[in-house]
Amino acid sequence: MLDIRGLDAAYGDVRVLSGVSLSVGAGEIVALLGPNGAGKTTLMSAIAGLLRPGAGTIRWNGEDLTALRPHVVVERGVVLVPEGRRLFGGMTVQENLELGAFTERARRRRAESFARVYALFPDLRERRRQLVRALSGGQQQMVAVGRALMTSPALLMLDEPSLGIAPRLVAAIFAALAEINRGGVGIFLVEQNVQAALTLAHRAYVLESGRVVSHGAAADVLRDPHVRRAYLGPLAVRP
Amino acid sequence: MSILAQQLLLGLLIGGLYGLAAAGLSLVFGVMKVLDVAHGELIMLGGYGAFFAVGLLGLDPFASLALVIPGALLLGVVLYLGLFGFVVRADEETRVKNSLLIGFGLALALHALAVRLWTADERSIVTPYGGAVLTLGELTIPLVRLLSLLLALLLIGGLHLLLARWRWGKAIRATAEDWQAALLTGIDVRRAYLLAFALGTALAGAAGTLVSVGYSVSPSIGLEWTLKALIVVVLAGLGSMLGTFVGGLVLGVAEAASAAAFGGPYREVVGLVIFVVVLVARPRGLFGK
Repeated sequence: MLDIRGLDAAYGDVRVLSGVSLSVGAGEIVALLGPNGAGKTTLMSAIAGLLRPGAGTIRWNGEDLTALRPHVVVERGVVLVPEGRRLFGGMTVQENLELGAFTERARRRRAESFARVYALFPDLRERRRQLVRALSGGQQQMVAVGRALMTSPALLMLDEPSLGIAPRLVAAIFAALAEINRGGVGIFLVEQNVQAALTLAHRAYVLESGRVVSHGAAADVLRDPHVRRAYLGPLAVRP
Repeated sequence: MSILAQQLLLGLLIGGLYGLAAAGLSLVFGVMKVLDVAHGELIMLGGYGAFFAVGLLGLDPFASLALVIPGALLLGVVLYLGLFGFVVRADEETRVKNSLLIGFGLALALHALAVRLWTADERSIVTPYGGAVLTLGELTIPLVRLLSLLLALLLIGGLHLLLARWRWGKAIRATAEDWQAALLTGIDVRRAYLLAFALGTALAGAAGTLVSVGYSVSPSIGLEWTLKALIVVVLAGLGSMLGTFVGGLVLGVAEAASAAAFGGPYREVVGLVIFVVVLVARPRGLFGK
């Protein structure tokens, strides 16, 4: 399980996270909500090892991740699907997926992971020889999730997976996340589509100005008047 | 007419070496976003390596590649660990600036070292078959330069395969495209940098060997080769090794054509004109991705 305690992070002099504590249990789906600039992406980057926190600890099954370099964090089973997908556009779908299975541990399970990804996203099997940059946004997001799955993760983190994607494909991706979770993979999700995120998640945290201001079971957070006003719009204040 | 054809042919032959010289620079710049202006000096060292392998060990000059390439790989590892490995820790803009400073420093040091060790004399490898030529109609093709061109093509093809098929080759390409995304897929990006730099240095060593066989080396050839390589990198663009090779051929032929049209002194001008025109009209280069 992922256990974060008192995490501080800053870009230069700008404090982005202040004393953030949260946890994601094994096999749990946790949503992270909050307005733009709240520090959600920074928190994910810190967990992935792209950013060194100023203070606090990030423990993964007891091991401190803050001391590890990003590729080692992946080896340990924690993977991030970054905002904007960050695929290798000049390579084929299959090459992108192959690169996901780069670490020693993931390489041993490569065939199995390929089967799992293609079962989850049959479209990708048909398009495996196409260059990624020729795919639609939704298909690219499938490649991004697929590439992350190829690392054979125990915790899958996603930063805005629905951004810029057609609604029909958003539903497909959320269905895939539920399916992935049924296989025992924990999911930690940053998502603007609060309704969809809270429907999928077991628990949720609300991050504002770098602090956790509220957390609880997803259903309770969804009923919270403050959350409804802030993230679901004025018409959603009364259920 | 046949004189012009002969000149263009010689241009094509040296163009293969331009391509090979540029391939290493292109790989290092494309992957690490580091501009190694000492690349020409590494070519110069490769040339001396081959010269002494032939002179002291009695190797065939082309066979000396079997020593020069591993030696250059090792030198690349040492230079990365000692110098360029620190540059890649900075963000990308800072990398180029810092690498220019380090590269110029390294170039000066290597040049001075070469003069000290081997004097400023020009040297060239003499082979028993050095004067052999093939005749094709009215054209004469120097055998050694033809072999050099073919070897350059073979090396570039080998590099292309390595980047396309080898697990770490793919990692190097992924790192070139987006190093943060590469980290997030579990690739040790610093190792990809190390490998790219070592391969780039090995290519420089191989290019130097071919230069000293078909042409000549002296401690001061470095800057000229760095410039040629840089022009080819701009002309061809990043991301395709075969494209870089073709870019080299284009530069070689263009130089020969301009020398034939405007006279010998204008040989160097055309490269710089190409450099400016490509930057203005097509900054990605001919084959850039």
